[in-house]
Amino acid sequence: MYVLFEQGNMEKIPIRIACVLLVLITGIAACDKLMPGVPADDSILDGPVEGLSPEQSAQFIRGDFAFNDEIFTPETGLGPLFVATSCGTCHAGDGKGHPFTTLTRFGQKDSTGNQFLGHGGPQLQQRAIINYQPESLPEGATFSRFTPPANTGLGFLNAVSDADLLALADPDDADGDGISGRPNWIHVPAYIQPKPGSITRANKYIGRFGKKAAAHDLLHQTVLAYNQDIGICSSYEPYDTYHHQEIDPEISNQTVLDVVAYLAMLKAPIQRDPQHPEVQAGKKIFIDLGCGKCHTPELKTGTSPIAALSQKTFAPYSDLLMHDMGPDLDDGYTEGSAATAEWRTPPLWGLGLSKKAQGGQYFLLHDGRAQSIETAITAHGGEAAASRSAFIALDATSKARLLKFLESL
Amino acid sequence: MKNFLIATTIFLITSKAKAQIDPELLRNPQTKTDSVRMNMDAVYSRPFMQLGKLPVALGGYIEANYQYLNENGVSEGHQFQMRRLTFFVSSTISKRIKFLTEIEFEDGTKEINIEFASVDLEIVPLLNLRGGVVMNPIGAFNQNHDGPKWEFVDRPIAATQMLPATWSNVGFGIYGKKYNKNWVYGYELYLTNGFDDKIISNSENRTFLPATKMNRDRFEESFNGIPLFTGKVAIKNRKIGELGISYMGGVYNKFRDEGITLDKKRKLNVFAVDFNSTLPRLNTVITGEWAWVNVDMPDNYTEQFGRKQQGGFVDFVQPVVKRPMFGFEQAVLNAALRVEYVDWNKGTFKSTGGNIADDLFSLVPAISWRPTPQTVFRINYRYNWQHDLLGNPPSHLAAFQVGFSTYF
Ligand code: HEC
Ligand code: HEC
Repeated sequence: MYVLFEQGNMEKIPIRIACVLLVLITGIAACDKLMPGVPADDSILDGPVEGLSPEQSAQFIRGDFAFNDEIFTPETGLGPLFVATSCGTCHAGDGKGHPFTTLTRFGQKDSTGNQFLGHGGPQLQQRAIINYQPESLPEGATFSRFTPPANTGLGFLNAVSDADLLALADPDDADGDGISGRPNWIHVPAYIQPKPGSITRANKYIGRFGKKAAAHDLLHQTVLAYNQDIGICSSYEPYDTYHHQEIDPEISNQTVLDVVAYLAMLKAPIQRDPQHPEVQAGKKIFIDLGCGKCHTPELKTGTSPIAALSQKTFAPYSDLLMHDMGPDLDDGYTEGSAATAEWRTPPLWGLGLSKKAQGGQYFLLHDGRAQSIETAITAHGGEAAASRSAFIALDATSKARLLKFLESL
Repeated sequence: MKNFLIATTIFLITSKAKAQIDPELLRNPQTKTDSVRMNMDAVYSRPFMQLGKLPVALGGYIEANYQYLNENGVSEGHQFQMRRLTFFVSSTISKRIKFLTEIEFEDGTKEINIEFASVDLEIVPLLNLRGGVVMNPIGAFNQNHDGPKWEFVDRPIAATQMLPATWSNVGFGIYGKKYNKNWVYGYELYLTNGFDDKIISNSENRTFLPATKMNRDRFEESFNGIPLFTGKVAIKNRKIGELGISYMGGVYNKFRDEGITLDKKRKLNVFAVDFNSTLPRLNTVITGEWAWVNVDMPDNYTEQFGRKQQGGFVDFVQPVVKRPMFGFEQAVLNAALRVEYVDWNKGTFKSTGGNIADDLFSLVPAISWRPTPQTVFRINYRYNWQHDLLGNPPSHLAAFQVGFSTYF
């Protein structure tokens, strides 16, 4: 064995320097200040709900990887037609998307269904792999653009009972407040197993995900996203969007289910500064203006196979119902049994964090047209016309408080 | 952080243990001293050992390190990494014909690559022929990448994650040098196999030149039959330093298959500037490289993949103590800093006109100790700020790295 420092060559200065350096570096290494901190829970949208079992956590991690890190290439099944190469490309940090990842859907004007299924409908795949031509909008098709929504707290939304949603609906405006609200009744594909207590009407089920609430549950949404957005066929949806042929699955059922579980177990956004007097005052104004009649402040879950989601009260600021939003927001396109002017009330939770996912800027409403919260509100019409007028009539202080509240969400 | 101390101590001890080998067994043949060495000479300006009178010389280097990495507050803990083990064999076939090969094992045996294997024939100093597996002279790092030459544990990001260092291909070319008092001029021109369309279709989700390296067939078959051209001119002054300008260009897509035309020929161009200099008096060594990439893509191809990229690095190395230490006569202690930047997607979104980000900025302060010029112990701290495509708040990554690299 060697002695570190040979006799005779002992030179004190370098040794000292070496020692000082060693201590210094060790000290630095120990110092957490030089390492990035964990971002505060209320500053980010991703992350799991509290109270998962180890098995659920492991599935969450697998789903997280498939959702955010699995980038598809032609070798792994991408396309030939697609809009983006992974889920995470459009839902960065599980937040809202950017016009770059905006989808276009076309070809349906009423409940008689999509008239352009033979022409690439319902979704435009404006990108293609090398040597393939992407699609373009067929002549005569009405269309809508959909900017990706945030993906947080979806398990809570999924676990609200159908009965609770129907209790919020007022399709004929029986209470005469000008706000109706009704579910989008949709046909569900055979691979969906409706959860116990599901309510049907003429063999149709309630849709609750998507801008037009045209997806029944998270599996439905995920299978369609793989197929329509990325060009990935699964055993659930084996038809390729390019050849319209049934092809071998390009993803395992297990991965699809992991992603579904991941979406269900994402935490609900955490409000920042909820006790701040301005925020509290803003919330009161929100209720006074009737915003809460659609953006329902509180919902509760029924029983869920995920214990952490069972019988929980949460604050999505949505009723998951369809509302007529007036001619300005009517693109002449729809899905399921909804009218073209009808949109599902988007949850407002996480609103203040949207900019951090949208490249530093807001792109609000279904197509990202509103670049501030204020313009999003003033674009409301139809059932929300009275709320909008009341908002415009607010004095500057009250307006600022309302905005402060909305940004705290 | 105890492991940190232990790791450092082990490194120190093993370094002493190395000195145990009987140095009489292998001898270090004199490398040419007449010339001024440039980046283009890097493959041959390495320490080789010669066995007796055999015309074959052996060499190699090893790189290993410890690292503690933290991304956005999450760490995978303490890692020990065997980054590279590289062997060189060179032989002087005749006075003016020589052969050299470099074989590298990366990350254990995860990757085994022939980085270089070519025969050089000198006609006159201004005209040499080279053929085999060559390293394309784009920038300087690609040719001058040996671990023991650098004060940093990681290779420069722009050189390996934008430019594809180490980038070698089968091909041939010519090179030469001309001396004029304090000045040396050098040139290199090569035709080799080139890139493929993986560069714009890969799981990195960005235009990524190194993706072509996944193609194992590229040493026996060109993807599209069009050679990649790489050319470099460099100028060096003994007192000032070296400046190189290089270009690499070719077609990357399969425009024709089985005689059927699929697309037009799509080009890829890379320009690079490299320099190194030692400041008088201060003896600060400054080494840097900057490169620009542009790739011709179909107009409607996804903007996820950048049409233009740029990036580079500058290293500042300041010798702080230069004196015998622990019996090493030529020991040097350096303070160093690397500044690096890469923008994988230079451009704006069609939909908004806003900037496409997908960029990274990094600072790496370092301390390195060289007991001899051929061995380096280095302590690095790295901090990266990386933006996604949309330019959302950056992801933060910090790392402590302690490692060594030595020729053997
Ligand atoms: C091209 C961009 C894009 C990609 C890729 C994409 N999404 Fe989406 N996602 C959207 C858009 C746009 C919507 C709104 C769609 C609608 O209204 O039907 C959406 C909606 C959703 C919703 C419903 C959220 C809600 O609040 O109703 C979920 C869940 C979802 N996506 C999951 C996924 C998963 C899982 C993947 C990957 C398999 C994925 N997305 C890939 C753009 C994308
Ligand atoms: C009649 C129901 C209704 C009322 C009342 C209503 N909203 Fe909305 N709100 C909606 C719907 C539906 C949308 C989505 C419209 C679209 O995407 O085009 C929406 C969108 C928004 C958005 C944009 C959210 C996003 O993610 O893009 C904000 C912010 C908002 N509302 C705030 C308010 C405020 C504040 C009030 C009260 C002044 C209010 N809303 C009243 C139904 C309503």
